[in-house]
Amino acid sequence: MSSDDGSSKKVSKKPRYSRFTQQELPACKPILTPALVIGILMCLGIIFIPIGLLALSASENVVEVVDRYDDVCIPSTDQKVGFIKDPATNKTCIRTFTIPKKMRKPVYVYYQLDNFYQNHRRYVKSRSDRQLWNPKAEYSTSLCDPEGQTGDGKPIVPCGLIAWSLFNDTYSLSKNDAALQINKKDIAWRSDRTHKFSPNVYPKNFQNGTLIGGGKLDENIPLSQQEDLMVWMRTSALPTFRKLYGKIETDLEANEKITVTIQNNYNTYSFNGKKKLVISTATWIGGKNDFIGKMYMAVGGTSIVLGVIFSLLYVFKPRPLGDPSYLSWNKNPALD
Amino acid sequence: MMKGSQQQWPLLIPAPRTPGKEEFPVAIDSSIPVSSTSKPYSDSQIEMSGDFVRNPSSHSIQSKSSSSHSIKGVSFREGHDLNPVTYGSRGASSGSNPVRYGSRGASSGGFTSSYKEIKDEDARLVYVNDPGRTNQKRFKFAGNSIRTSKYSILTFLPRNLFEQFHRIAYIYFLVIAILNQLPQLAVFGREASILPLAMVLFVTAVKDAYEDYRRHRSDRIENNRLASVLLNGEFEDKKWRDICVGEVIKVSGNQTLPCDMVLLSTSDATGVAYVQTTNLDGESNLKTRYAKQETQMKTPVVGNIGGLLIKCEKPNRNIYGFQANMEIDGKRISLGPSNIILRGCELKNTDWVVGVAVYAGKETKAMLNNAGAPSKRSRLEKRMNKEIIILSIFLVILCTVISICHGVWLRRHREELYLMQFYRKYDYSEPEVEKYEYYGWGMEIFFVFLMSIIVFQVMIPISLYISVELVRIGQAYFMIRDDRMFDKSTNSRFQCRALNINEDLGQIKYVFSDKTGTLTENKMEFQCASVGGVDYDNGKDISTEDWQTGYSVQVDGMVLRPKMTVKVDQDLLNLSKMEHTNESKHVCDFLVALAACNTIVPLTVETSDPAIKLIEYQGESPDEQALVYAAASYGFMLVERSSGHIVIDIQGKRQRFNVLGLHEFDSDRKRMSVIIGCPDQTVKIFVKGADTTMFKVIDKSLNLNMVKATESHLHSYSSKGLRTLVIGMRELSTSEFEQWHSSYESASTALMGRANLLRKVANNVENNLRLLGATGIEDKLQQGVPEAIESLRTAGIKVWVLTGDKQETAISIGYSSKLLTSKMTQIVINNNSKDSCRKNLDYALQLYKKLSNVSHSNDEGHGAGTNQLALIIDGTSLVYILETELEEKLFELASKCTAVLCCRVAPLQKAGIVALIKNRTDDMTLAIGDGANDVSMIQKADVGIGISGQEGRQAVMASDFSMGQFRFLVPLLLIHGHWNYQRISYMILYNFYRNVVLVFVLFWYVLFTGFTLTTAITDWSSVLYSVIYTSLPTIVVGILDKDLGRSTLLKYPQLYGAGQRGESYNGKLFWVTILDTLWQSIAAFFIPLVAYWDSTVGGSALGDLWILAVVILVNIHLAMDVIRWYTITHIAIWGSILATFICVMVIDTLPFLPGYWAFFMIAKTKLFWVCLLGIVVAGMVPRFVVKVFVQHCKPNDIHIAREAEKFGNLREPNAETEMNPIFDLPRSTATT
Repeated sequence: MSSDDGSSKKVSKKPRYSRFTQQELPACKPILTPALVIGILMCLGIIFIPIGLLALSASENVVEVVDRYDDVCIPSTDQKVGFIKDPATNKTCIRTFTIPKKMRKPVYVYYQLDNFYQNHRRYVKSRSDRQLWNPKAEYSTSLCDPEGQTGDGKPIVPCGLIAWSLFNDTYSLSKNDAALQINKKDIAWRSDRTHKFSPNVYPKNFQNGTLIGGGKLDENIPLSQQEDLMVWMRTSALPTFRKLYGKIETDLEANEKITVTIQNNYNTYSFNGKKKLVISTATWIGGKNDFIGKMYMAVGGTSIVLGVIFSLLYVFKPRPLGDPSYLSWNKNPALD
Repeated sequence: MMKGSQQQWPLLIPAPRTPGKEEFPVAIDSSIPVSSTSKPYSDSQIEMSGDFVRNPSSHSIQSKSSSSHSIKGVSFREGHDLNPVTYGSRGASSGSNPVRYGSRGASSGGFTSSYKEIKDEDARLVYVNDPGRTNQKRFKFAGNSIRTSKYSILTFLPRNLFEQFHRIAYIYFLVIAILNQLPQLAVFGREASILPLAMVLFVTAVKDAYEDYRRHRSDRIENNRLASVLLNGEFEDKKWRDICVGEVIKVSGNQTLPCDMVLLSTSDATGVAYVQTTNLDGESNLKTRYAKQETQMKTPVVGNIGGLLIKCEKPNRNIYGFQANMEIDGKRISLGPSNIILRGCELKNTDWVVGVAVYAGKETKAMLNNAGAPSKRSRLEKRMNKEIIILSIFLVILCTVISICHGVWLRRHREELYLMQFYRKYDYSEPEVEKYEYYGWGMEIFFVFLMSIIVFQVMIPISLYISVELVRIGQAYFMIRDDRMFDKSTNSRFQCRALNINEDLGQIKYVFSDKTGTLTENKMEFQCASVGGVDYDNGKDISTEDWQTGYSVQVDGMVLRPKMTVKVDQDLLNLSKMEHTNESKHVCDFLVALAACNTIVPLTVETSDPAIKLIEYQGESPDEQALVYAAASYGFMLVERSSGHIVIDIQGKRQRFNVLGLHEFDSDRKRMSVIIGCPDQTVKIFVKGADTTMFKVIDKSLNLNMVKATESHLHSYSSKGLRTLVIGMRELSTSEFEQWHSSYESASTALMGRANLLRKVANNVENNLRLLGATGIEDKLQQGVPEAIESLRTAGIKVWVLTGDKQETAISIGYSSKLLTSKMTQIVINNNSKDSCRKNLDYALQLYKKLSNVSHSNDEGHGAGTNQLALIIDGTSLVYILETELEEKLFELASKCTAVLCCRVAPLQKAGIVALIKNRTDDMTLAIGDGANDVSMIQKADVGIGISGQEGRQAVMASDFSMGQFRFLVPLLLIHGHWNYQRISYMILYNFYRNVVLVFVLFWYVLFTGFTLTTAITDWSSVLYSVIYTSLPTIVVGILDKDLGRSTLLKYPQLYGAGQRGESYNGKLFWVTILDTLWQSIAAFFIPLVAYWDSTVGGSALGDLWILAVVILVNIHLAMDVIRWYTITHIAIWGSILATFICVMVIDTLPFLPGYWAFFMIAKTKLFWVCLLGIVVAGMVPRFVVKVFVQHCKPNDIHIAREAEKFGNLREPNAETEMNPIFDLPRSTATT
């Protein structure tokens, strides 16, 4: 019950004119004219096909050697799990392969795990990021169960299933009997080394329990230097993944024989996971993967084909733009 | 003594009113028979041309809330007791009333008892001037402090939350958030899961808090106003909030009433008070209220005021009804609605009133009526809710799929489970040591189901509700601000009273329009008169100065001038100035009748020139006003009205007429009459009324030729669309007068059947009249109405006119408004029995078939105008048709007619006709009207529009939208309705699409995580997705985008059909969109997946890629559909993409999240950008191609019109001329 309009009756309530309130702002109104449509489609083709070709050639240039060893580096017994779990058994395994093409440095050494659900929800959640960069937060292990604390309540650093299941196979490469140095420095992200993993946090009570999941950590080296751990802690997106093991800083010539001495420690047998050693070069497109190239070719090709189809359509079945005789009420009703 | 002789009348002049000076009428000698004063005023209504209940005060239709009484009050119209005077329900104004209000309370005739007993348990007892006793513990009445605010600081949080959670969508949200708090189900981080809900609640709470703060402030101001209250025998100032029931309050002129009060006395000796109820029902005319004579006499002695007991009904919302008894000196008198003045009204033209508070604070009728507009749901929203249910089912299916897959996965890996890191059912080394959170089959699957609901919650677009609301606010803003819908004459803007049916305006198929005040201006203008068989039709132009100066009189050096001037016919003017001829006497009688036979109150209004005063005629009937103004222009100026007499300035001479009695209009007699004691000591009865009833009581033998001539004039008037009235008079002989007077006295004091008795008295005296003449009043067609109707019709909207007017008038207005054209075949149904109605309907249907067969051979259906049908049906026939089996036939017929005109319909029949369509088709209906009689139809229709015109604001109060003129319907529907519909429907579809894309991307990923519902996209991103990443563009586009410009939409009204056919949002489009969604999500998900297969990519990095891909995709999708690019559209769309990048970066710089720096690492690689580009193009190409293809090969009207608009080649196929230039008129006049 406002009574304020009583006195101001003389004041016009007419809305003040502005282009905004009258919805008359200047606007650009693009219309899909035939020229525009064909132009867009052709442009897409012209852009996509070269990129696709580039990607294909880049992928082609990648030299990649993949060697699955989990099934051969184990005695053919039924007790695979028992074998791998037994700390006493000798797990050394030697593999050799030849380089198919010249590999320019740096050559990356990866390990690849298949059927390892590093993206399993329970696994992904089982970590404490606070603990990694804050020396005072070693007790913040609430998310890490069951690897949060030892039986007597001491915090595990780094805690959680991810760290606990650290990959611990080791590779040493030799070329023509000369040891090939694998550089394990700077394999983790710089951001991890400088920020995420603190130089003041040292592993504690790690893998001390009855249950050994994977690799152990040297308690005298701060986390900021445990690059294998950092790489491992970057959980993969997919159940098949590669992780960087190290870099070879020399070129590998074609047909060179490479011998790898593997310490086959990591237990993938309990869940039928595969382990592969991968030696690969890299290009702008990443590793060997033709998909992007093919996809771009396909999209570009389709665009051009569509562009041609539309051109034909516009030529053979033209429709004048904005012709009012096409309005439904102007059409011959018999057409309805 | 009671048979007051004429000589006594002049004594009954109330004390002169001196504003500001308070005077109790103590001076009146008790010997003066005050009580015998007959009371000519009443606020019931003269109804002249039979437009039922056109007058605003016969509020037979109340707000929905006012219980069944009001419905009864209306429904009796269905039968033939068409009586406009219905005071609410119970006709409570009856009573043993010593002050006679003419035939006031005529409606109470049906009651056996003069007043209805109020049961004790239903009553409240008010001891006048004894608030202590009144407010005893047993009856704790509400104090007068009001609280429109909803919350206090303490109750705000709980109450506001409680109210917000009334929405089902919020409950869904809450359940999800709670589920997520269970440790087993914690898919999202706690904060992230609460954020969306918290955000929505917070925004709404802030809005509510602000609104409430404003209410608090206005409450405080209201509560602290001062009123003078009788305390210890003196009137003292008291704050409004401290007033309690039972206190006696005095209110001075122009003050607002603090509470509902029963009048005890007023400054007027006869107890009259005038109030303006603008604040209550928006009507600006004055209403008369009365103090009971008993109390009017009593109050002078202030101490004497106690001891009165008022027993009244419990507080209710009916502002037009009140029922109470008052015990005074052991006598019981009844009180009615005319004895109460309500909170919020303003006292006018009365120096003071004294009253007793009966309802205070929140129990006042004004506060009880403080409810908002009725809420309607838009069609689109109903449809949207259906679609949301589909989405929910879809969601459940997705979740079920996931849980089944998970079950299968668990089963396939059951051998390994005990060895896996994730469950560790057993220890690695020792058998059976420790289980870790493995809950067994059933529970695992069940948990996965719940978790998947949490992850996929975004499937239900919660943000859509908020966005739609925001968009509607934006649309309402534009509608209100549209200066083309501003009415200069009433200075009123377009108003959106209901915010949630904007888009319905774009789908209207039927418009039901009132005639008077809606199609016409309801500014009655006196046009012509037939006096004594001579037609004075002022066809001649008069000079402009005449027009401006008009007629005026000099009084005490002051110039009095009527506020409005009327064109005068020179012949008639000359005649009226002549004296002593027979003819001029006749003319004089005619003009006196015009000036006297009414209930108009003259008010003097100051002007800027102190020497000139304007006389304004206040009354409830515009017709009466027009007549009085006309009389004034001919020199018969009504200058004063008080109880018992009127003063008419006749050619400069003031003459005083005593009003001895007044028979109010009732719809049986269809006429009213006054008995006037003239200055020359004769007593005359003046009668005016509808021709049908008037000619029955006119003595034709007196002058048959004149009667014939008048009849023919009447016929020509009404065929011109004028409202006609016939005026007659008779001189009463002394004996006749005595006889009438005694019967009038006894009838109006009768306890039983007073109304009938009064009617009988009126019928007895209204006979053998001498015909004076007839008047023609023009109700002008509003500006632009024919063009508007034409446009609407071209747009495929059927316009039906429902009016209470006569058939001839209605048809002539129909022609002038182009509703009817000469090409149409008219079907008139005008019957008095059901059988004849049936026969006529059948015949009409056959006729239609014949016509359509004929035309079918040479033309398609409803194209050309050769076979157009117009149905004209009257209320009487409708009585036999509505709500019977004939309804079906009527519907069948009416839906085939191009125009439908219903005349003589009662308000409830209007609603019945709306229901006729609404119940049988899916088509949207719109009702537009301006009066109380349109309320029922406005509320019944899907969209109700009120015209804020001359007839008060009842229609506006009940409406969803209100505007000043009928023609605004065209911009409203064709432009705003079209835009609103296009915008909202696109927005809903887009919102579905947008959320489903994300859900699909999440879903695909779940397939690669062992069905454990890991999300690569961070929980923050998936929560911010619908809040920040993609919300703004759709809102901006929803508010601003226009598919077509104004001029195009007006030029081709047919474009409106897109909305009627529901082209922009329908099931097909929904499913096509979902298909598109599927493809786009596949592109967005699988391209990176395959590209990064066998790589070192981390989950967070890939997640960043996915979310960015989806956001860019949906924004580009929107960009592709934007029709007009404004700067702000660019900002919103590209800004959103940018904002997403920024957000993703910010999230990745938080070291405590696992995805620290992931974005920066992946964005360094070229593969990332190549992927993004590939996704966007691959995702969009199918949509683009389909869009182009459809536009080229199967273009719809909007496409064509858009192209035409762009390229400007609006070639006219059949050289149509610009049809409605009138719509640009207001603009040009406004800017100059």
